[in-house]
Amino acid sequence: MKLSRFVCLTSLLVAGLLLAACQHEEAAPWQLTDISGHMPDLSFRLTDDRGQTVTAADYRGKVALLYFGYTHCPDVCPLTLAHLHVAMQQLGTLADSTRILFVSVDPARDTPQALHAYVSAFDPHVVGLTGSPADVEALTKRYRAAFSREPGKADGDYDVSHSSGIYIFDSSGKARLLATPSDPQDKLVHDLHLLLSTGGAT
Amino acid sequence: MKRSIRFLLLAACFPFCAMATQADQVKAAHAWIRMLPGSLPAGGYVTLQNPSASAATLVGAHSDAYAMVMLHRSTVDKGGNSSMRGVDRLDIPVHGQVALAPAGYHLMLQQAAHPQQVGNTVDIILDFADGSHLHVPFLVRPANATD
Repeated sequence: MKLSRFVCLTSLLVAGLLLAACQHEEAAPWQLTDISGHMPDLSFRLTDDRGQTVTAADYRGKVALLYFGYTHCPDVCPLTLAHLHVAMQQLGTLADSTRILFVSVDPARDTPQALHAYVSAFDPHVVGLTGSPADVEALTKRYRAAFSREPGKADGDYDVSHSSGIYIFDSSGKARLLATPSDPQDKLVHDLHLLLSTGGAT
Repeated sequence: MKRSIRFLLLAACFPFCAMATQADQVKAAHAWIRMLPGSLPAGGYVTLQNPSASAATLVGAHSDAYAMVMLHRSTVDKGGNSSMRGVDRLDIPVHGQVALAPAGYHLMLQQAAHPQQVGNTVDIILDFADGSHLHVPFLVRPANATD
């Protein structure tokens, strides 16, 4: 009786350890912040940099990288897009299944034409998106990404402070990962590679 | 006699010693501009080295190529929110250096006098606290340059 209880407890313990090991292995693949289940699916209705009305459904089948910025941002936005360009180069042909969605938080100045010239200067996989202030704000709120217009300068010029995160969605539009500009390039490339090669099944 | 020679030597040296301005002390390296399309503001970057034993402070910059040149700093707060602020003074530490580099200190260049082209160099004049100026050629690089 005592022996059978011991065997039973031991086998439970071993099973538990094995389970923990398996779970550990399953939780490990991502190097960026895993946001699966914590952020809603990709959803929007905006105008792309060619002047076409687009929705999130137009990017199903692609891994989408959502980033909020604006073209009059001379420092952080270009650096982020330049880093994403390098990541796309490192992904090679896998990059064709990726779209970088650069959503303007300055729709008053960022017309589709202005966005087109801007995004084209970085990488062919970048799509510029703009829309009504209400539509843009709704999308930022959906991902808890704040932005605010800074007090204007003398000549009517102004800056916009904005969230610097990159939200990564799998090919079915599910929110999966969050990258920050300070995350090393290797982590982004690693996780995108995994997401693209497994089709988001991991 | 010896004393008068020493005095003469000191007197001869004095004008040169007095002319060692902050701009003379500071060496500029890796100066470049990120080219952006149209009339969008561009970022200017440079590493400033101060090998001397006296302080140097950058207080601004100007250029014939841009109507507005401002010293800025990008910061990201704990919540991941990115913003830019004007900076009045930037100390280049004694025997040290300061990098104006992407996502940190930078020159915000606005209202280009004429469109810039990748590969060009643009003369930007750095203004120091003692009123001295340092002319630095900045290389124009593509939008997707990383550092």
